[in-house]
Amino acid sequence: MQAVIQTDRLTKTFGHFTAVDAISFEVAPGEIFGFLGANGAGKTTALKMLTGLLKPSQGKAFVAGYDVERYPEEVKRRIGYMSQRFSLYEDLTVRENIRFYGGIYGLSTPDIRRKTGLLLDKLQLGAQADALVGSLPLGWKQKLAFSVALLHEPRIVFLDEPTSGVDPLTRRQFWDLIYEAAHQGVTLMVTTHYMDESEYCDRVSIMVDGRMDALDTPGNLKKHFSAADMDEVFRRLARPDEPVVRDGHVPHIFKSPEE
Amino acid sequence: MSSITTTNLSKAYGEVQALKNINLSVREGEIFGLIGPDGAGKTTLFRILATLLLPDSGSARVAGLDPVGDYKKLRTKLGYMPGRFSLYQDLTVRENLEFFASVFGSSIEENYELIREIYVQIEPFRDRRAGALSGGMKQKLALCCALIHKPEVLLLDEPGTGVDPVSRQEFWDMLRRLRQWGITILVSTPYMDEAELCDRIALIQQGEILTIDTPEKVRAAYPRPLFAVRADDMYRLIRDLRELPGAAGCYAFGESAHLSLRDTAIGLDDVRRYLIERRHEAVEVSPTPATIEDCFIEFLNH
Repeated sequence: MQAVIQTDRLTKTFGHFTAVDAISFEVAPGEIFGFLGANGAGKTTALKMLTGLLKPSQGKAFVAGYDVERYPEEVKRRIGYMSQRFSLYEDLTVRENIRFYGGIYGLSTPDIRRKTGLLLDKLQLGAQADALVGSLPLGWKQKLAFSVALLHEPRIVFLDEPTSGVDPLTRRQFWDLIYEAAHQGVTLMVTTHYMDESEYCDRVSIMVDGRMDALDTPGNLKKHFSAADMDEVFRRLARPDEPVVRDGHVPHIFKSPEE
Repeated sequence: MSSITTTNLSKAYGEVQALKNINLSVREGEIFGLIGPDGAGKTTLFRILATLLLPDSGSARVAGLDPVGDYKKLRTKLGYMPGRFSLYQDLTVRENLEFFASVFGSSIEENYELIREIYVQIEPFRDRRAGALSGGMKQKLALCCALIHKPEVLLLDEPGTGVDPVSRQEFWDMLRRLRQWGITILVSTPYMDEAELCDRIALIQQGEILTIDTPEKVRAAYPRPLFAVRADDMYRLIRDLRELPGAAGCYAFGESAHLSLRDTAIGLDDVRRYLIERRHEAVEVSPTPATIEDCFIEFLNH
């Protein structure tokens, strides 16, 4: 099946600074793709290019079949996006938020009404339908924000630290929603600072200084780095002064720094 | 001796009860972790202890002083690092540090020894504006500024939030080294793995303390058998395990699922057989010790 995201040496420079340095990767339909990296590694810049908000300096990216540089509006119509910071309008009710986002994405009124019912049922938010979103606990807001991001049935949803600051139970309930969406064929690209969550991804990429230094399943990454968990993999990659590969051979997925 | 004590401390914002009868006592020189999600009341508690917010009822002592009555005196003994970066973005690294030292009638030289280890890491950027620093660097500068007047008590409100795992680890290494100066540290975090780095912890949720103890004892008090289970399809595995008769709950924990059991008669083989009947592959089941997150989830479920 055709990749939902496909990049070829995607690059972004700001003056002399290279924020994203020729990254090439593909993401398959229904895949949960972990997008990790230290602060300042270039994740946010890469996400902005993939969501059509920022023009690449060089290289190509196709998202949901469209070139992000030439057709950013087509890309935006086919993706969902949810961030930790801006998710929903706090001064609108749950129902109003759903109607607002449905309208933005061009859904018909009967469609919005039908989906509102389904969504409230699924999240068991029926009793809170007319409550202001600002009055909901953070965990509920995040679950609602995710469901709203899926409202227009996008092929891919970008989740930028969706579980930051959420309690451990809600964090797991959130991942149940992610799994469910993936099983329905939606592709999910997730950033997180919780390394245990990277284990829940089908594949994980780790960005270091603008480059994508690792991309594989969590199992293979741990094997390559002889690491006990993803935390150790991350630490080894993000600390440049420690040797990256211990067993002497460099797997093809890792680029040497000279490249 | 206790360096921080609170007695029935309560605070409401309109109808929202942010803190409900908080009683805790932090010993001199210990690293005490306040562990809980956003909205648990952590920041409200910090603001009261830092003399910036009045409680509705109850009282507190910090470094032997009352945050309400002795607020002026207490402020000279406190180092407070709020959750949001609160240094002057337009001042350089050096200027921020000089400013905070001078406000407290001190100088960088006077207490340099205390911040030396941390400061050397940001010194190469001493003439850079604070607003232009990376997340990890900002955090280090903020810690230096909170320490520069040699406080007795350090209040750190979510220093690790939004910071990558490597920088968080470095930050904790610094905190543990600060112990040699006898500074009492109250630190809050939503990251449960950081609980292990504290001497004692309080789990907090919706303004109430769920438990207070050492991390080891909190874990040891987990009330039921717990198994780590692995199989090829994690999504299906968790769903099936939740249906297992006698299961109390099942949640993903990194590469395995943690299955907690209400029925103590269920053994490893029973779980294995149950999964193989449901055509799971590469099934592995083993007993596992509870993590702080398991404990927190247990509290939330009851």
